[in-house]
Amino acid sequence: MKTVEQAKEILHKEQVWSFMQSESAVDINVDKDIILYIEGLTVSFDGFKALNDLNLYVRDGELRCVIGANGAGKTTFMDVITGKTPCDSGSAYFGQTINLLDKTEAEVAQLGIGRKFQKPSVFEALTVYENIELALKTNKSVLATLFYKITPKQHERIKDVIHIIGLEPQTHLLSGALSHGQKQWLEIGMLLVADPRVLLVDEPVAGMTAQETERTAELLTSLAGDRTVIVVEHDMEFVRSIAKDVTVLHQGSVLAEGTMEEIQNNAQVKEVYLGEDMVSEGGAA
Amino acid sequence: MSAALTGRLSIFNDKGSRVFLSALALVIVVAGLGNLLVPSDSVFHVSTLTITLLGKYLCFALLALSVDVIWGYCGILSLGHGAFFALGGYAMGMYLMRQIGDRGVYGDPVLPDFMVFLNWDSLPWFWHGFDQFWFAMVMVMLIPGLLAFVFGWLAFRSRVTGVYLSIMTQALTYALLLAFFRNEMGFGGNNGLTDFKDIVGFSLQADSTRVTLFIISAFVLALAYLVSKYIVTSKYGRIMVSIRDAENRTRFLGYKTEKYKVWLFVYSAVLAGIAGALYVPQVGIINPGEFAPLNSIEVVVWVAVGGRGTLYGAIAGAILVNFAKTRFTGIFPEAWLFALGGLFVVVTIFLPKGIVGLLSKRKSVLDAQSTEKAEAA
Repeated sequence: MKTVEQAKEILHKEQVWSFMQSESAVDINVDKDIILYIEGLTVSFDGFKALNDLNLYVRDGELRCVIGANGAGKTTFMDVITGKTPCDSGSAYFGQTINLLDKTEAEVAQLGIGRKFQKPSVFEALTVYENIELALKTNKSVLATLFYKITPKQHERIKDVIHIIGLEPQTHLLSGALSHGQKQWLEIGMLLVADPRVLLVDEPVAGMTAQETERTAELLTSLAGDRTVIVVEHDMEFVRSIAKDVTVLHQGSVLAEGTMEEIQNNAQVKEVYLGEDMVSEGGAA
Repeated sequence: MSAALTGRLSIFNDKGSRVFLSALALVIVVAGLGNLLVPSDSVFHVSTLTITLLGKYLCFALLALSVDVIWGYCGILSLGHGAFFALGGYAMGMYLMRQIGDRGVYGDPVLPDFMVFLNWDSLPWFWHGFDQFWFAMVMVMLIPGLLAFVFGWLAFRSRVTGVYLSIMTQALTYALLLAFFRNEMGFGGNNGLTDFKDIVGFSLQADSTRVTLFIISAFVLALAYLVSKYIVTSKYGRIMVSIRDAENRTRFLGYKTEKYKVWLFVYSAVLAGIAGALYVPQVGIINPGEFAPLNSIEVVVWVAVGGRGTLYGAIAGAILVNFAKTRFTGIFPEAWLFALGGLFVVVTIFLPKGIVGLLSKRKSVLDAQSTEKAEAA
């Protein structure tokens, strides 16, 4: 049985055999215009299937929203592709050649997949400047950091990012002293400065004021294009304001995929997730 | 802006470092000259006993520094640092044993007394090379470093953290205690190594040797302080703080946190080993008692009392607590452990940042006021 599955995998139509890749090929291959290939991902915790045969393809440079009720597997999905949680079966490829499942968190991050957590997690004992500095895309080996000296170019880059996230007055303030919204922004800044190919953003506007939410929406939309942005969000208003394409997760697999309009009119989605009030709201919009 | 940045990185810009280094220099000069130049009937004479005691405090200060580097900055609470200290001490002790030569009780030119007593007829393989000073000094750093590397690599790679790690370090030092108690190990059993005569040709009983050992301890402490200060103010230091506060987040920034932790642990263990090696010739004995879990816990108390995460706080704490211990055990020896426990409780509840935190509290209030003014303007 196992050999059959292995054979299936080897003969898969989009499989690029490892012997055909040169050793040094770390370039992300997006010839097919797809940056993330998630196929048949299954993760179970004590028998509960957090992800159940999840299939998802994300195009290079798109802004994708992932929605779903609590326990639909949104965060688990992010944990698996960033190397935090091992999965039972399935595959996750970054471009056509890079297998994400055998990488550690640090390796995934160095490949260019940045992640923002649901709870703002910045380093509170360090200043805003130092937080951004740590996230810079540089050599992250032990020796290199021990003798690290910041270059003027990197200094400019850090200042630019601090300008974008609007925390200039707080540059040298300890980040523990920032407000909730400012911390969220600082974390987004830390993602920006790392210059990732793919941004995974988990509930970016939780706890933000209406104004902050609006600015976040603007920022995320402006990022898409150069980068691929995947947003997990509960706030439907926010999703509607940024999303072109939406994926709905339900019980660990994809329930529906399409534009916001299609999703809102999908009977199945209405039934399991959006609920009655959502339908009336959607009608009004 | 860039001036402020380089200012932060400069080691001597920090007031605590300046105070600490000048105090250390003052103690060296006063104690050194007071012992060697001032005649012994003068009130300004510093007795050799005091010199030895001060030298011992400096070794403990170095040990406390090594614990502060990992606990204060990286959140790794090691309750087994006494093991690295003792291993460094044993390496030095083995060299000193080989220096005795045929002046031992049994007069064997090669075998230390305890081996003759156990009827061994040749030197065990791991005692070879210790007649060379340079070899012993390499081992002083290599053995604790190697143990820390293996232990740290296994523990941090399996992501063992917090209390579990602390318990494992306790177990490590306890296991070594039991092992070194055994005569078959070849380290002198429960008597340990003692009866030393001289070090690189100088008699250990001479005042000048004692003062020299004390001054070397002070210099090594200052050097270790500067190197540690460099590490904690470098980018490596900021990554350590990130690991302490949010290890997972640091991983997602692309840092392999276990590697950072292992190398810091090794550095810390090497410092502890050097402290042990300086300690042994000054007190004249090393025995398995140094591996006692209690010793390692005491080191943590010194650091907590002084204030962790400042380096000089740990040094101040080690010296203060040991001074108190010397005094207290002279007056009322049975109560010392209770006093130590009480001190730990008081510090944890009332002074979470230790003595240093008490001093800098006022300063940070002033700083906050001045930044507010600057922002308003």
